[in-house]
Amino acid sequence: MKEEFDILIIDDEQVVIDSIKRICDINNYKVDFALDAETALLKINGNNFRIIISDIMMPGMDGFQFLNELRNKNIDTPVVITSGYSTIENAVRSLYSGALDFIPKPFSFDEIISIIKRCIKYSELTNPSAKNSSSIIYVTCPAKYYRLGYSCWVKELNDGSVNIGATDIFIKTLENIQNIEFLENDTMINQAEPIVKLIAEDGTINQLYSAVSGRIIESNQKILSDITLLEKDPYFAGWLYRIIPGQLELEMSMLTPCSSDR
Amino acid sequence: MKGLNEIGIYKRIGLKLTIVVSFTAVIIIGVYSYFNIKSQNDVLLSEVERHVNQLSETVKNSTRYSMLFNERDQIQETIMTIGKDPTIYDVRILNKEGMIIYSRKQDEIGQMLDKKAESCYACHVENKPLEKLPMKDRTRIFRLHPDSTRIMGIVNPIYNEKSCWQSECHAHSKEATVLGVLDVSISLQAIDQQLKDNQIRVFILAIVSVIAIGLIIGLFVKKWIDKPVKELVNATNEVALGNLNYAITDLGNDELGYLAKSFNKMISRLDETRLQLVQSDKMASLGRLAAGVAHEINNPLTGVLTYSSFLLKRTKDNPQMQEDLNVIVRETIRSREIVKGLLDFARQSTPKKHQVDINDVIKRAISVVNNQLKYSRINLSTELNEQIPKVIADANQIQQVCLNLLLNAIDAIGTEGGSIDIKTNLTSLPPKGNTQIKSAVCLKNHNLIYKEFKIGGLPSIQLKIKSNGVEGFMNLDPVYGNDRHFFGINLSKNSSISLNCPTCDISLIDKNEKCPECGGPIYKITIPNQGYLTGCASFNDNWQRWEFIDRGGDRQFVEIKIKDSGCGIPQENIPKLFEPFFSTKGQKGTGLGLAIVWRIIDNHNGTIDVESEVGKGTIFSIKLPLV
Repeated sequence: MKEEFDILIIDDEQVVIDSIKRICDINNYKVDFALDAETALLKINGNNFRIIISDIMMPGMDGFQFLNELRNKNIDTPVVITSGYSTIENAVRSLYSGALDFIPKPFSFDEIISIIKRCIKYSELTNPSAKNSSSIIYVTCPAKYYRLGYSCWVKELNDGSVNIGATDIFIKTLENIQNIEFLENDTMINQAEPIVKLIAEDGTINQLYSAVSGRIIESNQKILSDITLLEKDPYFAGWLYRIIPGQLELEMSMLTPCSSDR
Repeated sequence: MKGLNEIGIYKRIGLKLTIVVSFTAVIIIGVYSYFNIKSQNDVLLSEVERHVNQLSETVKNSTRYSMLFNERDQIQETIMTIGKDPTIYDVRILNKEGMIIYSRKQDEIGQMLDKKAESCYACHVENKPLEKLPMKDRTRIFRLHPDSTRIMGIVNPIYNEKSCWQSECHAHSKEATVLGVLDVSISLQAIDQQLKDNQIRVFILAIVSVIAIGLIIGLFVKKWIDKPVKELVNATNEVALGNLNYAITDLGNDELGYLAKSFNKMISRLDETRLQLVQSDKMASLGRLAAGVAHEINNPLTGVLTYSSFLLKRTKDNPQMQEDLNVIVRETIRSREIVKGLLDFARQSTPKKHQVDINDVIKRAISVVNNQLKYSRINLSTELNEQIPKVIADANQIQQVCLNLLLNAIDAIGTEGGSIDIKTNLTSLPPKGNTQIKSAVCLKNHNLIYKEFKIGGLPSIQLKIKSNGVEGFMNLDPVYGNDRHFFGINLSKNSSISLNCPTCDISLIDKNEKCPECGGPIYKITIPNQGYLTGCASFNDNWQRWEFIDRGGDRQFVEIKIKDSGCGIPQENIPKLFEPFFSTKGQKGTGLGLAIVWRIIDNHNGTIDVESEVGKGTIFSIKLPLV
């Protein structure tokens, strides 16, 4: 009988594959791997992976081409991109190209496992065949909102500043958020740089990447007293930061308008 | 390229100029001499003519009585006596028929002269006797034969008068008009000699003048043209060979001096541009290198970090192991940050700043090199002021700065042992001379900061400048209070200057205010969110005011001083110290350490200074602003 895998790892470095595999084994995920993207595409044809973890720089097809290939083939398996060349550009481009998440190498045990868990959860939420999908109530991202990948949204305010926050789907991938850690006001942040740490019930620390760069002028202190705001009203009362954007026009080109979701 | 010495001697400006001027001098002297000698000749001849006339009259008068009494011997005697004068060529009297009846030369007496003879020619020119001969026609100059000296003759007709035909001898009838001719001729040898001497003198004068002109022009051409041109050619050759530090020494204030100055200016601009090119080239290759390094190192680091953090989770019951694993995890994460820092450096990104206790950062850096210090027998002393406030900085980056400087100090000390002192302190500095102007705009909000032209390594403020109808660019020193301005055009003192925005040409001169030092016009430049920068626009003094910054008073800095007793840095290496890939460690170093240090400190708006003495040691002082 054919073995069913949960996770496909694509990396040209065996040590990276081994590391991720080791971590997945502990969490009882079944892992298959490929040393290049072409082999990976073949494996995807015969399997129904729950998530894919892919490197960017590989011999032959690179990570971005791989993402494109998946989109062309209408394969909506969530992809996590990882890279040793972890520049902001690569992170933004990965998220814009359809990756669910981006994790720079090297990563620690906690960092990779929280992302894997979140992505597995995401695939359960979005896969219609999943057992409890019917119980999920979607809150759609409103018009005039933009998002970086699937996790962070941004909305322009009248005074030139912007609000940013986490999308409903990002929040739903986390099991009961217990705590949140904000950055201090006046911190300069870059696009695709982690801005909050969300600590879930299972102890995983989850980072949210900012959709825009700029200077933080305010963080939503109400969330600290009522963390459920994030879940209840992620697009309005559950905003995270107010930011004076640095180069909004330029960064907009890497954001997806929420109106395109409908 | 041809050397100056390969230019043919006849092609040189000096010789050409000498020839042209000498030729002109020869023409001037020649024309002058011609007229001079000619007038001299005329004056002398008229003098001689007067003299001969006088002589002729004297002879005529002194023989008058002898003639009236027909004392022929007496006449001949008088003529002989007068004729003794050496200048007198001949004195003779001819009768009407043309026979010489008296003469200084006695052998001539009795000879008949033709009507065409010199003595007769004046009167008998038209083959008939003239009875009255005008005074001016009586003299003539002739040569007996072509080679002989010139002779001036004068014919003085002896007219018949009452006493003649009434005389007892009855030699002449009453009807005759002219009885004879007194012909006196004088040799012009002395005068000709004098004229010839004059000609020789003029000729010698001409030659001496030409030689003198040649020498003087040659000398000054050598001094004013040859030497500067040689220096200029030498300079262009040096530059062609790649020496862009070459500067022509002062060549005075003439045209070539200005050429030399503008040459120097051009070379220094060229040098700056080249440095910037080299810098950006280095940055580009550094970027590629960083990308490669990051990719290659981060993969193995992934293995280290995941396995060690995994082990950390599994050994919660073994505190000893936890501690060791913690070190591995912590240091791997630091390695991750270093690689990220390398990428950030190559991409010049902004640091991630938080409130940082500098003393903690230094202690952490020391703990990393502690073993190495012991091994190299280096005595480390710290004097950390615990009172210093926290600084907004990227802790990892500042730690890397300290670590790089410590490793450099250890390398500088070598294996012989030595000491390193680290001090932290709070200092304050006046804003003038210590504040970089990072943004500047005109009234229409056009950016004036020009990254392509750096002064003191910082992007300058570029303005359009007009003075005396000449238009160009000038670059203001980007450090408030400093005046290392660069002027793209020559400024003459006290000329009116206009400063404009290079983009929209709006004037930057503030007409409402005057420079408090010289009373001249001032410029006013908007510093976004930080008020205005004003300064003296005549540049006679370096008055500048930036109220926004001045109001803040002295700025406070946290100062870190790292002093070592190592080998020191040669003075000539200090300017290159912070350039990427400058290394004195050979294969051991990458040449990136201090470049990263400089970039990090610059990104923190701080400054870094080096003092060093070869053989004694080096002090690096870093100042990080508190606000």
